Amino acid sequence: MSLLEARDVHVEFTARGRRTRAVDGVNLSIGEGEIVALVGESGCGKTTLARTLLGLERPGAGSVRYGGAPLAYTSRALRAHRREVQLVLQDPTGSLNPRHTVYEAVAEGPRIHRLPGERDRVAGALSRAGLRPPERFFERLPHELSGGQRQRVVIAGALALEPRLLIADEPVASLDASVRGEILTLLLRLREELGLSALVVTHDLGLAWNIADRVAVMYLGRIVETGPVEQVLTAPAHPYTQALLSVLPGSPSRVVLSGEPPDATRVPGGCRFHPRCQVLAGGAAAQAGVEASCRSGPLAVLPATAAHQAACHYTAR
Amino acid sequence: MSPLTGAGRRGLTRSARFWREFRARPSGPAGAAILLAAVLVALLTPLLTDPAGLDVTRATGPRMGPPSLEHPLGTDESGRSVLLMITWGSRVSLLIGFMSALLSMVIGTTVGIAAGHFRGWPAAVLMRITDWFLVLPSLVLALVLAAILGGGMFTIILAIGVTSWASTARLIRAQTLAVEARPYIERARALGGGHWHVMTRHVLPNVAPLVLANTTLQVAGAIVAESTLAFLGAQSGQVSWGGMLRASYDWGAATSGAWWYVLAPGLCIVAVVMAFTLVGRALEAVLNPRLRGAGR
Repeated sequence: MSLLEARDVHVEFTARGRRTRAVDGVNLSIGEGEIVALVGESGCGKTTLARTLLGLERPGAGSVRYGGAPLAYTSRALRAHRREVQLVLQDPTGSLNPRHTVYEAVAEGPRIHRLPGERDRVAGALSRAGLRPPERFFERLPHELSGGQRQRVVIAGALALEPRLLIADEPVASLDASVRGEILTLLLRLREELGLSALVVTHDLGLAWNIADRVAVMYLGRIVETGPVEQVLTAPAHPYTQALLSVLPGSPSRVVLSGEPPDATRVPGGCRFHPRCQVLAGGAAAQAGVEASCRSGPLAVLPATAAHQAACHYTAR
Repeated sequence: MSPLTGAGRRGLTRSARFWREFRARPSGPAGAAILLAAVLVALLTPLLTDPAGLDVTRATGPRMGPPSLEHPLGTDESGRSVLLMITWGSRVSLLIGFMSALLSMVIGTTVGIAAGHFRGWPAAVLMRITDWFLVLPSLVLALVLAAILGGGMFTIILAIGVTSWASTARLIRAQTLAVEARPYIERARALGGGHWHVMTRHVLPNVAPLVLANTTLQVAGAIVAESTLAFLGAQSGQVSWGGMLRASYDWGAATSGAWWYVLAPGLCIVAVVMAFTLVGRALEAVLNPRLRGAGR
């Protein structure tokens, strides 16, 4: 049963007459108690997709569904949505108002939603986020805390609303390696204890391997490969995933992508990865007789199912 | 347990640090001392002096008399004591200065935060209105306003306040835009906070120090504006420093050698305006992060 779902979501931005197709047709669903990793390089639209799922961005086409019902964009409906789906941002230092104490930062959500029992709620959220005893942290200011503690405060602020799903946008990218593990363990423990689902947005495949049940690889506004994490990361079907995996330490051969970095204002026709595709450049696609469709044949948007699938003419042949 | 909570203690050290930085520039405390003196004079005048001396029909002194023991700053064309008029005039000048600066700050801050927070056409409309007030000769506008609305202190306050908020609005908008770009605003939105929440809980506390420093500077401008308006004829109907300058001009005090009648209100205006400017600049240097470390 899917908890939060994106159905054929498109998000476009227009700046100075140029259309940026940040999210260009995405199906993605996150089930109850499931942790999904959304992987891709910077600029591929994964943050925009995360913001859209939170209701911070309104899709130009398609819909976001929570518990089966499409998300309405009235302020009342959005406010209700925010109690269910919460956000953890990349930079814990920037996500906390430097003038607010830890207590105020965590109590911000409950105050907005006028939830009863504020003090107990804040204390509970802090200790669930691993800041114990919570009272010791109440009056601290963000600059008195370490990076890991700040991220725990941000997570506690989200937990104070008792959400069912957490969207974490690069939750550990700005943290020390030693603290990363702790925050990831925290996310896994929250799933165990509270049944909390999570969408973890990251550019780090190793992180996806450690934490996620399912992984979705995004390239230039589309999901190009998705499936259970073991299958996608041990037997990648899409050339882009293969290239990403090949540059991890310990992988036998390394594929360096050529061509220009992707530009969401100029999405190539055919397979959107074809200008950089090593399979096409290496001639394997031509041998298989799919070169023409790689260059001009459109690819269907992958459905939001749990099975391992890739949007690639070469694999599909 | 200490009697102070953590927040209280931190507030204390914060204000102690603020005071230390404020004191580091001698101009700030010097201005504050002059201001304190002026405010004390304004507050104590009704307790210590008799306003009957301001009544031209009951004035006892000589006409345009030079400073003497009885009248330390001389007398005006009707025989009133210039010192008495200065002390009573300080009440009007300071009151108009404070109230119109307050009005101007309220308008400027509201418009500035709204224009920085709401993007798109509402911000564009607000900023065009601001630009309009910015390029309009505010003194002329204030004169016209005062003439249309009729005399009285309230009119003068309104005229000055309504014509002087535009630069504040621009300043506050710029700061609002900087604050709105921070990730914690995004977090507040994701937590479910609406426009009101973001503006009052995050933006306003962040721009408040700037507002304070700017108000102080605005008071100086408002006192000059009041004096100018009074000199040009838009008077509040009560003795004020600008009104005294006007009267001294009308009666040819400068050409007839009655220097005390011109210098006394003139120097008072200069001293108070300078004091407000010194305090405002010092506050700005301490509170505005962009100026921190500069001007030392």
